[in-house]
Amino acid sequence: MNPMSPLIFGITLVLCITMIGAALMAIRAKRLPIAILAAGLVSLVASILFLVLAAPDVAMTEAAIGSGLTTFLFFFVLARIRGAGQGDAETEANQHD
Amino acid sequence: MIKRAIALLLLFAVGALFASLLVGYVPDSELNQTARYYAERTAGDIGAANIVTAIVVTYRGLDTLGEVTVLFISAAIVGLVLAQGRMLGNAPGNAPGQPRAPVSELLSTGSRALTPLILLLGVYVFVNGHLTPGGGFQGGAIVASGMLLLLLADPLKQFSHQLISVLESLSGLLFVGIGVLGILLAGGFLDNRLLPIGRLGELFSAGVIPVIYSLIGLKVGAEFSSMLASLSESYKTEKSEES
Amino acid sequence: MQSISLAQMAMATGFVLILIGFYGALTQRNLLRMIVAFTIADTGVNIVLVAVGHIRGRAAPILDVAVPAADAVARIIDPVPQALVLTAIVIGLGVTALMLAYALKLHERKHTLDIAKLTELKW
Repeated sequence: MNPMSPLIFGITLVLCITMIGAALMAIRAKRLPIAILAAGLVSLVASILFLVLAAPDVAMTEAAIGSGLTTFLFFFVLARIRGAGQGDAETEANQHD
Repeated sequence: MIKRAIALLLLFAVGALFASLLVGYVPDSELNQTARYYAERTAGDIGAANIVTAIVVTYRGLDTLGEVTVLFISAAIVGLVLAQGRMLGNAPGNAPGQPRAPVSELLSTGSRALTPLILLLGVYVFVNGHLTPGGGFQGGAIVASGMLLLLLADPLKQFSHQLISVLESLSGLLFVGIGVLGILLAGGFLDNRLLPIGRLGELFSAGVIPVIYSLIGLKVGAEFSSMLASLSESYKTEKSEES
Repeated sequence: MQSISLAQMAMATGFVLILIGFYGALTQRNLLRMIVAFTIADTGVNIVLVAVGHIRGRAAPILDVAVPAADAVARIIDPVPQALVLTAIVIGLGVTALMLAYALKLHERKHTLDIAKLTELKW
């Protein structure tokens, strides 16, 4: 079995590190919009990883649905909650126990 | 503090399980039996160049029917749950005098130029689902993004829920109708051979797959648009009561 | 350095994402943050599934000029996990939309998104 070329190895390594970093940022971010955007970034980099894994259908689906529509759903709901409760959802719920 | 420690302990145990799976994993070097069957037979029996499309629409077409049903149920529940708030008329107290930010001219002009192109791209993706990577779900999501751009550019736009629901129900009905026609005229439920198989790589080939995927694309696009529209409309109702 | 394969690296990343998502779902108190964590775990599961189907040195399962139909068996990767993940991503969006709608209604009734305050189902 021929080993993978250093270029592919390098690209995959960068993608994986970006994804894990963005996921950690999504969990530990102080403000909720940053967390939502970081989750969208995880989906976007995952779609590039799918392309490297030779799955173009899945890459297209993940980019359109996971990265685009999910982030928009979150922001619509966040805007509704902020508009209704004057942001009490943000100020009163702490991040950790 | 205790809860954090227990959570970390649980995750550590699950992580150890994953690590044991990963260490002993040897990737395949040849296709397994199922994949070999699909790879050999797709060009001859189905005539689709995209093997994943052939699996999703024809070989495992019943699973796709189930998925379309689940999506329909979730879109219906979202519409139902958010509609009750509007009907009962209880809008939780908005901050009085909250001004609405005006939509920038770049967005409103740009959306007029971009939306037809986005819709065209979506339709292209689901019509060519059997030839290139793509298909009904991707094309439907792209169409829904085009509708979302319209919503963002003009927040007070009213989408006709009648039109969306008629489109969605009609597409679903036609999808099942084609499946039943498959029982009457061809080999079985959702069989591909209703229309001629044609030559590999042409637009009008692969039997009934382009028709089915177009219907799925329209249905999925309509469902996502209605989900986004019901979320945004309830927000508009509360806002416009204040202004 | 070449002893690990692309599939193994992707699978390891997927597992780490699942663990991070579950950690977020277990320790966050804000409902919306829990839903974000579930989305991340969902993405991780999809990555693991697609990585299982990857075979080193082969191309995507599309028959065209590069992979003619005759030697498809020798040149393409496993198409079945990709079909499964296609379905999984779409259903994941449906489930996320449902979770968000319920969170919205909870906030309307109780005016809070803090899960420690929603205690009707506790003994």
